[in-house]
Amino acid sequence: MPTTDDSRDPTPLRVSVDLNLCQAYAQCCYAAPRHFRLIGREALFYDPAPSADARADMERARISCPVQAIRVEDPDV
Amino acid sequence: MSDVAALTSDSHAVVVGGGLAGLRGAEAMRDAGFEGRLTIVGNEPHRPYDRPPLSKHVLTGLLPPDVTRLPSDLDGDVEWRLGVGAASLDRGARTLRLTDGTTLRYDALLIATGTRARPWIHPEEERLPGVFSIRSRDDAASLRAALVARPKRVVVIGAGFIGCEVAAVCRELDLPVCLIDPSPSPLGRVIGSAVGGLIGAVHEGWGVEMRLGAEVAHLEAKGGRFVGVRLKDGGRIEAQVAVVALGAVRNTEWLDGSGLSADSGGIDCDERGFVTDAFGQPDPRIAAAGDVARFPHPLYGGRRIALEHWGHAVAQARHAGRLLAGDASGPVYGAVPNFWSTQGDMVVKSVGLTEGADAVAIVQGDPAERRFVALYGRAGRCVAAVSVDSARWLPAYGHLIETAAPFPPAEAVTDRPSRKIDILDPGFA
Ligand SMILES: Cc1cc2nc3c(=O)[nH]c(=O)nc-3n(C[C@H](O)[C@H](O)[C@H](O)COP(=O)(O)OP(=O)(O)OC[C@H]3O[C@@H](n4cnc5c(N)ncnc54)[C@H](O)[C@@H]3O)c2cc1C
Ligand code: SF4
Repeated sequence: MPTTDDSRDPTPLRVSVDLNLCQAYAQCCYAAPRHFRLIGREALFYDPAPSADARADMERARISCPVQAIRVEDPDV
Repeated sequence: MSDVAALTSDSHAVVVGGGLAGLRGAEAMRDAGFEGRLTIVGNEPHRPYDRPPLSKHVLTGLLPPDVTRLPSDLDGDVEWRLGVGAASLDRGARTLRLTDGTTLRYDALLIATGTRARPWIHPEEERLPGVFSIRSRDDAASLRAALVARPKRVVVIGAGFIGCEVAAVCRELDLPVCLIDPSPSPLGRVIGSAVGGLIGAVHEGWGVEMRLGAEVAHLEAKGGRFVGVRLKDGGRIEAQVAVVALGAVRNTEWLDGSGLSADSGGIDCDERGFVTDAFGQPDPRIAAAGDVARFPHPLYGGRRIALEHWGHAVAQARHAGRLLAGDASGPVYGAVPNFWSTQGDMVVKSVGLTEGADAVAIVQGDPAERRFVALYGRAGRCVAAVSVDSARWLPAYGHLIETAAPFPPAEAVTDRPSRKIDILDPGFA
């Protein structure tokens, strides 16, 4: 069966941010600066497939978001 | 008329369409307690992935095209039929015929086949090397490769949200780009030329060339490659890459012969989300969600609309999944439409529907600072708001829209109570 052929890491975490909800509070950027970044005033750039060793950072980011816009899937949970 | 099909653990639920709505709809069925067999049929060879980054960070090169698979809490309890499409639907037999010749019987069916990029009017021109559109991650990968080759100029045909995003990316990559649209401003059809003009001015500041009020007649070729566009007024613009961004058509052809009411504008649903036949009768085993669904929106007097918004795909799919699983908490779907678009380092967001708006006012911020909220009125009621780099203010305006508050609103909602609000013509053609 065809599967995703992720070019960087075969079993990363999966992340999405509801950018309708996001109000650029930037808490995620403090919590996980390698994976979340604001471009300009409020354009949030995030890594949708960070490697599994970013688990703790991503969890911190997820719970720090004041509008609960961040969703993370961990393949090992 | 049979009632809602109660699913049991012996039932088989099928989702057609392995995109955002299909995935979130399947999750909602599980969340609602459905324990039977669940199959997702998707004609792309990939697990559901996120499309918004494709016209933004994938084109700038910040993200590879293949990393946006969506997070999900569906575990191994789903059967994936990927790379296979639904070819037809027999509602009498309750079966789907798939493109690989197999059939699937369903007890409940979620239709979430989304849209595809509206094709260029001349198919032979669209096939020219150098001509692109963006819907899938493969499309984005091909366009990214063409941009990396540093074309002398890119033309973007259509200044809707995706066209504007692509134009902004070209400038971020320091590529000459020309944005062409028949409207007097970018985003003219969606937000009107009054506010669209303000956004167009930002693009011009970035160095995007604009050909507004202009229509492309032909994509021209030399030596079998795209070399430029010919405009209807006879003008020519040379370019090595064309991006056709003319909106989308709904993937409903596979429903031909099913007796359901569907066309290139969507599959019709009743106010609960069940699909309807040519006589308006709902089929209580089949719901639709996401870009493909056309439904009566309670906020807009029951007018039937189809939305192409990420947030809508999620919300309507959750509703439809619960509905099919027999857990219709709140039977009518009527979330307020919302949308975001990242253009370069600028964020444009909207709530509500600008359609039919007869007035607009800048109620907050200042366009000169590229930071404002525009509020739209229709027949004296608030119907939509658009923010530019002012997302934090938008929920408050969303509330005015949800409650159909009078337009223009009381002064207190603006940040400058002393200043009079100018009411403008929104400039819909
Ligand atoms: C480039 C791009 C950028 C976008 N940016 C934004 C944005 O910034 N903000 C925003 O709010 N929205 C944005 N959107 C819109 C958003 O992505 C869509 O609203 C969302 O993808 C809709 O999800 P869906 O599941 O309804 O449809 P889709 O994502 O289209 O998924 C439908 C799936 O069904 C498959 N399919 C079709 N026919 C069949 C068949 N017969 N059998 C089986 N499978 C079939 C399709 O191939 C596809 O995989 C963007 C869209 C694109 C393309
Ligand atoms: S913490 Fe939440 S609201 Fe703030 S920038 Fe991150 S995702 Fe957006």
